Amino acid sequence: MIALGSVDEIPPGEGRTFAVDGDMIAVFRLRDGSVRALQATCPHRGGPLADGQIDLKQVICPLHLNAWDLTTGCSLSGQPDVAVYPVRVDDNQILLGD
Amino acid sequence: MRTRLVVIGNGMAGARTVEEILARGGDFDITMFGDEPYGNYNRIMLSNVLAGVEDESGIFLNDLTWYTDNGITLHTGTRIDRIDRFAKMVYAADGTATPYDKLIIATGSRAFVPPIPGLHRPGRGYHQGVFAFRTLDDTRSMIRYAREHQRAVVIGGGLLGLEAARGLQNHLPHVTLIHAAGHLMNAQLNEAAGETLRATVEARLGIEVVVNGRTTEILGKNAVTGVKLGDGRVIPCDVVVVAAGIRANAEMAAASGLVVERGIVVDDQMRAQDEDDIYAVGECAQHRGETYGLVAPLWDQAKVLADHLTGVNPFAEYHGSQVATKLKVAGVDVAAMGLQAPERDDDESLTFTEPGRGIYKNVIIRGGRLVGATMVGDVKKVAFLMQAFDRGLALPEERAELMFDLGGPSGEVKVEEMADDEQVCNCNGVSKGAICSTVQSGCKTVTGVMDKTRAGKGCGTCKPLVQRIVEWAAGGEVDEDPAASWYVPGIPMPKPELMNAIRVHSLRSVSAVFAKLGGEEDAKSKMGLASLLKMMWGGDYVDERDARFINDRVHANIQRDGTFSVVPQMKGGVTTPAQLRRIAEVAEKHAVPMVKLTGGQRIDLLGIPKEKLPEVWADLDMPSGYAYGKSFRTVKTCVGSDFCRFGVGDSTALGIALEERYQGIEGPGKMKLAVTGCPRNCAEAYVKDLGVVAIDGGKWEIYVGGAAGAHIRKGDLLATVGSAAEVMVLTGRFLQYYRENANWLERTYAFVPRLGIERVREVVVDDKDGIAAALDAAMDASVAAYRDPWKDRDDPATPGQFRTSLPLTVLPQVPVRA
Repeated sequence: MIALGSVDEIPPGEGRTFAVDGDMIAVFRLRDGSVRALQATCPHRGGPLADGQIDLKQVICPLHLNAWDLTTGCSLSGQPDVAVYPVRVDDNQILLGD
Repeated sequence: MRTRLVVIGNGMAGARTVEEILARGGDFDITMFGDEPYGNYNRIMLSNVLAGVEDESGIFLNDLTWYTDNGITLHTGTRIDRIDRFAKMVYAADGTATPYDKLIIATGSRAFVPPIPGLHRPGRGYHQGVFAFRTLDDTRSMIRYAREHQRAVVIGGGLLGLEAARGLQNHLPHVTLIHAAGHLMNAQLNEAAGETLRATVEARLGIEVVVNGRTTEILGKNAVTGVKLGDGRVIPCDVVVVAAGIRANAEMAAASGLVVERGIVVDDQMRAQDEDDIYAVGECAQHRGETYGLVAPLWDQAKVLADHLTGVNPFAEYHGSQVATKLKVAGVDVAAMGLQAPERDDDESLTFTEPGRGIYKNVIIRGGRLVGATMVGDVKKVAFLMQAFDRGLALPEERAELMFDLGGPSGEVKVEEMADDEQVCNCNGVSKGAICSTVQSGCKTVTGVMDKTRAGKGCGTCKPLVQRIVEWAAGGEVDEDPAASWYVPGIPMPKPELMNAIRVHSLRSVSAVFAKLGGEEDAKSKMGLASLLKMMWGGDYVDERDARFINDRVHANIQRDGTFSVVPQMKGGVTTPAQLRRIAEVAEKHAVPMVKLTGGQRIDLLGIPKEKLPEVWADLDMPSGYAYGKSFRTVKTCVGSDFCRFGVGDSTALGIALEERYQGIEGPGKMKLAVTGCPRNCAEAYVKDLGVVAIDGGKWEIYVGGAAGAHIRKGDLLATVGSAAEVMVLTGRFLQYYRENANWLERTYAFVPRLGIERVREVVVDDKDGIAAALDAAMDASVAAYRDPWKDRDDPATPGQFRTSLPLTVLPQVPVRA
């Protein structure tokens, strides 16, 4: 379990990238208050997923508008899937890992 | 015991029918008899073999292993002499007898050889130098012989005769074509079209053509020396090729007691008349009085017969085929389908001729449907015409579009003729095959397929083609996509309805719109809604940063490596030494990887990391050039009247004034403008969303709806006005009308033609709807609300607004505890 910082670092409906032990992880704060964590770069052309637009289900990569499911990491537009990480908010802290 | 199926004939019809039966899992004990000593080949390609563009080996459809692999007993070089319909046996010339349960006759046709004296030599078959053009063996011996001779005469000016004449030119220097009728291809073309074709064949191919030429005698004692015509003329030659049409091979069937007229008479299930177990397909069959000499009807027939025989659909019926013909001769394009000339009083007929270029075009329309078309010399529209003809599609209102490309999308490709691996979307690399398999997996809406494959999601020019492929792959069962008319996919409303709902419920933020109208938040709809709300509410808009696309969050254009480009404002493309010096200093200080002039006459600093943006802006201390948003971008100008010898209006000053006033205005799509000082158009004003052109006499022309990107279109003339002030007003009014009425991402080049320039002029110039004042007021409010977004730099709008999202630099490392 790793504390990434305060959830206030991420504005509602946006994402921010964190470096964790050499891995780049994009953490999103959904508008329902929950958080999701994915690998930070898209497998298509290395796009920065944290710069993408999200809703409660998906993130859209800003480079070529491919979409991935925020919960499962499955591609919604015919690309390889992305890695997902367990993440939650506890006492305003973003906690990564089980 | 398995049902014994015997097929007489191993040509395209016989083999195709067997293929169709196998494809339906038909379980038969199959025996095939072929007259020729080969596997099955594509007879249509013999012209190409003769012309040398195709190798013999390339025309074989199924080699002998196909027969073994499918458990088919093949007897090549074996002619069937007789059918015993009662004992259900077929007897071959070699004396063998083969029993059948079901029998298919696919004996095809042979060259029709008119009874001309001298064509045959007693006891020797054809005279030395005379050839029919029908089989692979005919083609081989013709090529061998022609190579050693000088002059050929082809008898017959139909499709086959023309192809033979063109092919022979590859083997000898002189070819004359003799045709008995009054014009070439008289079975397909009317007289005017045939005459155009003749002129082209003579002028372009160098083949001499004789029409109304009745061949009365073949001359020559030991070998051919010439042909004699009805009018007494003698044409010297040493090769004669007979291509005077075909006759069904139905003699054996007639001798065996089947009903034969011009072919073996069959019913709608291809069953021979009065027979229970005998069928005929292809050129030997006569269906509803028609015999066909083309391949397309044969394919239709083979499918029906296979459906029926295998029990997949015992009631399948063949109802005849619509026949379209294409001449396969390099340099001479001919396509014909259906009627040659109008038949009824109310048939519409359009004809265009341009004899100098060998062009003849004719279309015939009945009840709004295409019933005939002929294209000689220019077949660009033929793919579309064939589709319209085959499927009875609705035709364009503007009938001339049937014959010409009127500035719209260029000639449509025929979907069924495209190869599976052909790339459809050149931006995202999606093939026809990928689109088809997505449809087959159950996705039957155009937008659904576009979402899944990303086809059509790049520059968008292939969208119409993607749509047609989806329609084709779904076999006409495309699900109507209700979302097509919505402004954004997440809210089920067209734009006017949506705007009304937003006003009625006073919805001032994107999340409020979702909560009230959409139910669920949708990432793909946020940007369009943000743009619309900003336009509608101006300063009262509640800006939620997550509704913005990344470009709008950080006021710069994201690049492929996640860095950004910075384009400072340079009004009208006019700059100063001081400004240039500042840009140079900033570029040097920040080691900007690339400094580039843009097409909009500005300077682009590329490769700026996100976290450096505020610093770069501060160092530049220039306003944003908005080279990133769905917004007013720039006004391109020429040097105008100050320096140019030709300029008739001060385009530079007007361009600067326009940019000053309308800078940063957001809209449904980009707005690129230009002002040019004379009709020489150096600033490319004719191809801008709004372009202004100075003309002599102190006047300005305003063009709207132009484009020169993936889509190219010259703008429509909106108005000609007498002063720069009027240009300013009409520009603002047009842009506001576009902002309020265009769909999300609909550029003016689509918006203006959708409404029609007359309608746009009515509203914007003539104020027919009485909304001009309201449009002007709304634009004034937007202009007044303008604030340079690069001032954001000192006070980030959100935490981490400019924090990097990529490992370009070391991120704040989170300590890991084991």
